[in-house]
Amino acid sequence: MRTVRTFRTAVAVAGAFGVLSLTACGAAETGKSNTAGGDKTVKLTVPSWVGAQANVAVAKQILEKELGYKVKTQQMGEVLAWDALSKGDIDAILEDWGHPKEEKQYVDTKKTVVKGGDLGVTGHIGWFVPKYFADEHPDVTDWKNLNKYAKDFQTAESGDKGELLEGSPDYVTNDDAIIKNLKLDLKTKYAGSEAAQITAIKKYAAAKKPFITYWWTPQWLNAQIDMVEVKLPEYKEGCDADPEKVACAYPNTPLQKFLNADFAKEGGEAAEFLKNFKWTTEQQNEVALMIAGEKMSPEAAAEKWVKENEATWKAWLPKK
Amino acid sequence: MSATVTTVSKAGPTAGEARTEESGGLRDAVRRRRKLLAGGGVLAVLLVLGAVLLGGGGWPAGLTADISGPLDAANEWVVDNRDTHPLFLYFLLHLSNTATDAVNGVYQGLDALGWLGVMAAAVLVAWRSAGLGRRGLRVALTAFGAFAVCGLLGMWDATLLTIALMVVSVAIAAVLGALIGLAAGLSDRVDRALRPVLDTMQVMPAFAYLLPFVLVFGTGTPAALFCTVIYAAPPMARLTALGLRGADPAALEASVSLGANGRQRLWTARLPLARRQMLLGLNQTIMMALSMVVIAALVGAGGLGEEVYSALATTDVGKAFAAGLPIVLIAVWLDRTTAAAGDGTGTPGAAGSWLHGGRAWALVAAAVAAAAAVRTTTWPDTWTYDISTPVNKAQEWITANLTFTEVWAREFTLWVLNPLRDGLVWLPWWSVLLLVAAAAWLVGNWVSAVTATAAMAAIGVLGVWAKSLNTLSQVLAALVLTLVLGFLAGVLCARAKRLERWVRPLLDAMQTMPQFVYLIPVVALFGATRTSAIVAAVVYALPAVVRITTQGLREVDPAAVEASRSLGASTRQQLLGVQLPLARPALQLAVNQGVVLVLAVVVVGGLVGGGALGYDVIKGLSRGEMGLGMTAGIAIVCLGLVLDRVTQRTSRTPR
Repeated sequence: MRTVRTFRTAVAVAGAFGVLSLTACGAAETGKSNTAGGDKTVKLTVPSWVGAQANVAVAKQILEKELGYKVKTQQMGEVLAWDALSKGDIDAILEDWGHPKEEKQYVDTKKTVVKGGDLGVTGHIGWFVPKYFADEHPDVTDWKNLNKYAKDFQTAESGDKGELLEGSPDYVTNDDAIIKNLKLDLKTKYAGSEAAQITAIKKYAAAKKPFITYWWTPQWLNAQIDMVEVKLPEYKEGCDADPEKVACAYPNTPLQKFLNADFAKEGGEAAEFLKNFKWTTEQQNEVALMIAGEKMSPEAAAEKWVKENEATWKAWLPKK
Repeated sequence: MSATVTTVSKAGPTAGEARTEESGGLRDAVRRRRKLLAGGGVLAVLLVLGAVLLGGGGWPAGLTADISGPLDAANEWVVDNRDTHPLFLYFLLHLSNTATDAVNGVYQGLDALGWLGVMAAAVLVAWRSAGLGRRGLRVALTAFGAFAVCGLLGMWDATLLTIALMVVSVAIAAVLGALIGLAAGLSDRVDRALRPVLDTMQVMPAFAYLLPFVLVFGTGTPAALFCTVIYAAPPMARLTALGLRGADPAALEASVSLGANGRQRLWTARLPLARRQMLLGLNQTIMMALSMVVIAALVGAGGLGEEVYSALATTDVGKAFAAGLPIVLIAVWLDRTTAAAGDGTGTPGAAGSWLHGGRAWALVAAAVAAAAAVRTTTWPDTWTYDISTPVNKAQEWITANLTFTEVWAREFTLWVLNPLRDGLVWLPWWSVLLLVAAAAWLVGNWVSAVTATAAMAAIGVLGVWAKSLNTLSQVLAALVLTLVLGFLAGVLCARAKRLERWVRPLLDAMQTMPQFVYLIPVVALFGATRTSAIVAAVVYALPAVVRITTQGLREVDPAAVEASRSLGASTRQQLLGVQLPLARPALQLAVNQGVVLVLAVVVVGGLVGGGALGYDVIKGLSRGEMGLGMTAGIAIVCLGLVLDRVTQRTSRTPR
């Protein structure tokens, strides 16, 4: 009796899956959009940091108001965004801090992604200490003196070493190798997310406590909390080639735009506009600070900037 | 892991069961003592032998197997073949396109109803489910309030998108869960085979399998939908199976004597008798699905989760809260509505019985159609209120004034976490295995000892020994805190009914508010440390423990308590001598839920400075390194298995 029942159940389950797979009688469309929500549409990814949100907000404002497109934005991690760009789930990444592995795979090998040119903003990663601490101890800004201050950076988490605060796993970092190769009494502590890192920095700054952190420019927080970069051994082309042996500073990275190959060819005015999109670090920071510092919505911040900077963005519009 | 019943309402044992268990307690105790002595002796011998033969230190490098290589290769293959391989073209892509279309369809349907139509539908369905009386009114008002607040917070559109995703994923999860539950309820063998699968579905962090799903199904709705289904289906399956197994034998007997064959019996007796359990299962499935809303946003599914997630980038707690609150409200609305439907209060018998069945539903449909015909669009912009500024002010004030938290966090790390972690890491690997085996054997039997040891060994083989022990130390600390606080609060709530009523909305909020919302306040109070990770875990796991404890104590036979009182026992003696021992099965379930829920937050802990396995899982997702993420995910599942076996008695009541 029991086996009969089990058998019947199995048939029922198999039947259900059968019906499901019946829908699979023809080949599916591959380039179909995977977002719930609408033909003149541009799909952009919104990275998690505010500078990149500013790019997208301004691009969206102009695409919608000036060129009559509908812009759909999707939030996701950086590597996922590359994958989605390759598939055509999104059309463009406006700010990329360097993903050599993905660039090789999608731009050089599969040719599903093409370069979109410079964003105009130059990014730089480094180690930073707060200005109030650097003012008291000016020699902390040279890596050679860091071991002297390791004690000041000590926390319950880092034991007898100084704590070097790190951010999200998304970010490019060689810090563990740098510490080891320069023989520093520091230990990395991964906050795990940008939000946690910023909150921790704000907390230190409010209490005027010493700290050292992995940090970068452009970043809106830099307008609120003054930080000074610690000089690491100078960056030379190729000194970061072997991730195990890095013992030098991070390079200055001109941030890049990337477009889906099909979109770049067939995207018309929108694609042309996104290729032309180029502004300065200061301009990006202006919008970013409105969003993060003044807690304006990205739309409102972009609207304000677009109203005040007509000359800048008129140059980005496709030539008629 | 046993049934994950987070908002437990029927989990407590009946007093009768508890008493029969107590009568066998003495024999049990003697057997236990003997077992303890024997176990201690064997353990001592083995420890000495191990020390001589194997030496100390962490897991030997020679005994590891790196699975990230093959996983990364699989990852690569998918990326290279997904546009051309028939498996994708003829099957998987259909799945993902259908999923997108379904969610899109529901969203557009809701959007077409307009805000008045959606509200009418929610309120009337709630009212219809809960009946005509005062209860119906209250449930209907809850629905109205929930939607009105979502609108007022300016989250109307995001709420609709989230509801659309929830409707489709809950529907799939419920059907899938019911089918699995049916199979497990009818066959013992299937039940046994499925249990570990269901456990893994719940304990494996969604972050770990999100990446493969994104690669196969694409970013956006499909990946989010399927992940949600995986996480949300188990409670439905478990409770369906439980309902089928627990059906009243007398009723089944009656249907057999009436000449019903197997299928008839299933449709006319067993399934109707399991209705309450199945509806509770549906309720739990909805809650689980809602807890995936923010994780879905990580791969671009949009909705409320995206609002929460984007608020994090600007460390805007107020905005995150404004987006998290609707999630709590949807949960409360659905919880009350499905609970009312489960109790069957909406079924005939009450006054106005002409208003039930098809007639009442027709009325509901007509009213909704009328509301939709007004053709309102989305929620009017002028009817919104921005709560983010006051919330941010409050948060800043609290974090500026509660400075003792930081001192506490520091001391806790120095005196509890560091010694615990260092101690675990310092222990020779074989002695950890022995300890696990001994503990599991003492609590359960040799089968659980073997399972637990194998799971612990698997962690070593995966090459994440030290990280796992670090995570284990955090989990243990969080678990102890959760249980101590939870039992205390549970006892208080069981004794003071009014307190429980006050606490209930708070517990609801703690359970359904996405952990991402309190990420920033936690870091602001405790710093980016392991302590923050532990606090986040305690906040999440506490409500279930409080609820189960309260329920368990409440259901202790009043006669037993009365008897002890008449014998002159003080309140304390009553509690310690009678109520707590009688409520032991419920307390054990509470421990089990503590383990499951604390493990569920390990990944979130990685986002606030918890490091170890949680960080690896997030890193795997955000860097696209499937091997790293999956390895850490599997290690978390193994830790869950170990903890389950060393905390749960094997004399499990049939589920």
